[in-house]
Amino acid sequence: MAKCWHLLLSNSWLLGFDRAMGREPQQVSYTVEQLVSVNPYNPDILTELENYVNEQVSSQTYSLDANLCLLRLYQFDPTRLSIAIVVRILIKALMAMPAPDFSLCLFLIPEPVQADEQIKTLIVLSHYLETARFRQFWDEAAKNHSLLEVVPANVDGYIANHLGLVSIKEELNNVEMTVIQLSYGHFSGAGFEQAIQAYAIHVLSLSYQKVPRPVLAETINIEGLSLDKFIEYHVANSGWVLEKGTGRSQLIVLPRNEFNHPGLKKNSSDGMPFEHITRIFPVLS
Amino acid sequence: MANSYDYDDASFDSRYARPPSSGQGGGAAAELSYDPNFVPDSVKTFVVHLYRHIREKNVYEIHQMYEGSFQRLSDRMFRENPWPSVEAIAPYVDNDHVFCLLYREMWFRHVYARLAPTGQQRVESWDNYCSLFGVVLHGVVSMQLPNQWLWDMVDEFVYQFQSYCQYRAKLKNKTEEELQLLRQYDQAWNVYGVLNYLQALVEKSAIVDILEREKDGLEQFTATDGYDYEGGTSNVLKMLGYYSMIGLLRVHCLLGDYHTGLKCLGPIDISQQGVYMIVIGSHISIIYHYGFANLMLRRYVEAIREFNKILLYILKYKQYHQKSPQYDQILKKNEQMYALLAICLSLCPQSNIIEENVNIQLRDKYNEKMTKMLRYDDEAYAVYDELFTYACPKFITPSAPVLEESLINYNQDAYRLQLKLFLYEVKQQQSLSGLRSFLKLYSAISIGKLAAYMEVDESTMRTILLAYKHKMHSVDSDGKIIPNADIDFYISEDIIHVVESKPTKHYGDYFLRQVLKFEEMISELDRVKLD
Repeated sequence: MAKCWHLLLSNSWLLGFDRAMGREPQQVSYTVEQLVSVNPYNPDILTELENYVNEQVSSQTYSLDANLCLLRLYQFDPTRLSIAIVVRILIKALMAMPAPDFSLCLFLIPEPVQADEQIKTLIVLSHYLETARFRQFWDEAAKNHSLLEVVPANVDGYIANHLGLVSIKEELNNVEMTVIQLSYGHFSGAGFEQAIQAYAIHVLSLSYQKVPRPVLAETINIEGLSLDKFIEYHVANSGWVLEKGTGRSQLIVLPRNEFNHPGLKKNSSDGMPFEHITRIFPVLS
Repeated sequence: MANSYDYDDASFDSRYARPPSSGQGGGAAAELSYDPNFVPDSVKTFVVHLYRHIREKNVYEIHQMYEGSFQRLSDRMFRENPWPSVEAIAPYVDNDHVFCLLYREMWFRHVYARLAPTGQQRVESWDNYCSLFGVVLHGVVSMQLPNQWLWDMVDEFVYQFQSYCQYRAKLKNKTEEELQLLRQYDQAWNVYGVLNYLQALVEKSAIVDILEREKDGLEQFTATDGYDYEGGTSNVLKMLGYYSMIGLLRVHCLLGDYHTGLKCLGPIDISQQGVYMIVIGSHISIIYHYGFANLMLRRYVEAIREFNKILLYILKYKQYHQKSPQYDQILKKNEQMYALLAICLSLCPQSNIIEENVNIQLRDKYNEKMTKMLRYDDEAYAVYDELFTYACPKFITPSAPVLEESLINYNQDAYRLQLKLFLYEVKQQQSLSGLRSFLKLYSAISIGKLAAYMEVDESTMRTILLAYKHKMHSVDSDGKIIPNADIDFYISEDIIHVVESKPTKHYGDYFLRQVLKFEEMISELDRVKLD
């Protein structure tokens, strides 16, 4: 019986395809992104996609399309599924919040695999983030920091953001390490942590014009001196403003946007894309 | 899990209202009176004429025969039997290879629609599609076929794939013979092949380029309905490529990959008129899957908007399709989309976004259920479950079965996973409905007071408020944040200020439509010559 579909998969088909499209056959290897867009339904690219996941983790990049492609290939051939890779994909997806990437990945992971302890933990973490239960999230994350440590810290960025003390890093490495540990409570998955803090600030910016300091602290899991530095940084760079609230509490005024300031809501009610107007150009002329 | 709807109806093609008269074992009983080599005169005439019309590229006549004569003959003579075998009719059509492939495609479709295909027939149908698409992909086809036929081919291809996945995942009651068939033909309907054929059709036809060039006015595609009236070049590859994009959307939804499904549909702009609207089946299929994918991506307003448009369209135009063989399928999808609309509106209530007529129908069918869903108690989850089960696509497990171990039925696994994750999402939105009903009553309220009314502590109250904001703002494919809720708020220290978005009247759109409509009418009147 016809096994012609095999021909569609091999690289020779790709070359043949190039010829058929009138292009010179490419001798260079395709990048992962090209593979995903040109030839995604191909079990031969599975290993490359797995390597790409590890690359995303170590180089702080992210590609939802490539990861979904890999999860699909796992779905097509469950014997090749690697729990470790799936865990990494899910952690990267969590870091992409508020985008729904985590759910998108879960849709493709069979139930028996979702019963794995590590993945169950990640699902719980995702649940806390989706329902804005930040305090419970940070507690649970701290309990599972070994799981989340796969994502290396963006150390320079952290120090610049949270301590404002870039110079110290160059002096005594030991001292710098201690400082990080004390502030983070021994949690060294700072790349992951920064991503979640960015998500937390996003949700706060959707909701608050003025947020009380304790609320901010709980949401991003930074306290005391580190929080002061953090706020200082954002006052200088992100347009935050400090105010005095009722009592002696500190208020942080977040930048205005269309979500926390109704007046700024773009009145898209009668806006129309230009392409639609072009439909009546023949009539008007 | 499913109560009012039997999810497991793989035993007959639910697209047609007529159940099979023969049982699960295929045409075994009917074969007693069925001689595959006997060709009645009417069939002889049919194939000879169809063959001639195809050679003469008379698309109109082909369409008449395909939609009309084929159905009539099937009704009259082939209610319980397959059509004559392709070997029997081949002599009447010069043994034309391509015509035989087309005939076989229709032959199998008939078996799927009115009888129950055997395992052997399923495998042979796969073979036939491989050959047919192979011929088309090599670019040697010169005929023009009606869009309806080309759409049916892609639609049927995906349908048979879905049906086969269901078939081979039900191992419990399979005979040894059937299991042997599965072992022997393990490549039939494999998911790589199906996806790669669809992808190949999209790429070889260069349909994406054609659509791009059309935007710059360099190509005539939509204006001629995809046909080439002047040059007479074949429309087959182009249209199969176009419809394959919809096919890819559909397959990805069946796999649970909504993001990639929507990406595959990218080149087709559903906010504009397009070729997808010519065949009502393709129009409905696009919007149904587009809407469902957006629902799973939490882009509720987008889903509601598109469902609203298509349901209005069906309301207006379904009377014209009453005689067509697709009528039952149109009605079925119509009902499913009302169910999905009910779900969307319960998760994300809106005011004034639904057309009046659609709203009346919706309330008629689902008013009670929608009230229940808003309560978020146990009964509510049962209703969400029921509607989701009724309206969702037939999810599949794409991997090949393991035939050595204990044989169980796992055809519902994929559906159960999607349902579970959907209900999980519903549960996460549990407190939001209560919050919304309180927000409707106030223009400003302190967090403390609202917490007291909702019987939670202040910290939990803040959590609920943040969760509402997060869930009600979706992220679109470009990373932009889209607000979905009709009731919104912002918090200043301890006070919640409620903001109600005014219903938007799209005057601009309305005027555009009327201008184009009147322009059409005027040009029609111009064409009328008074003697």
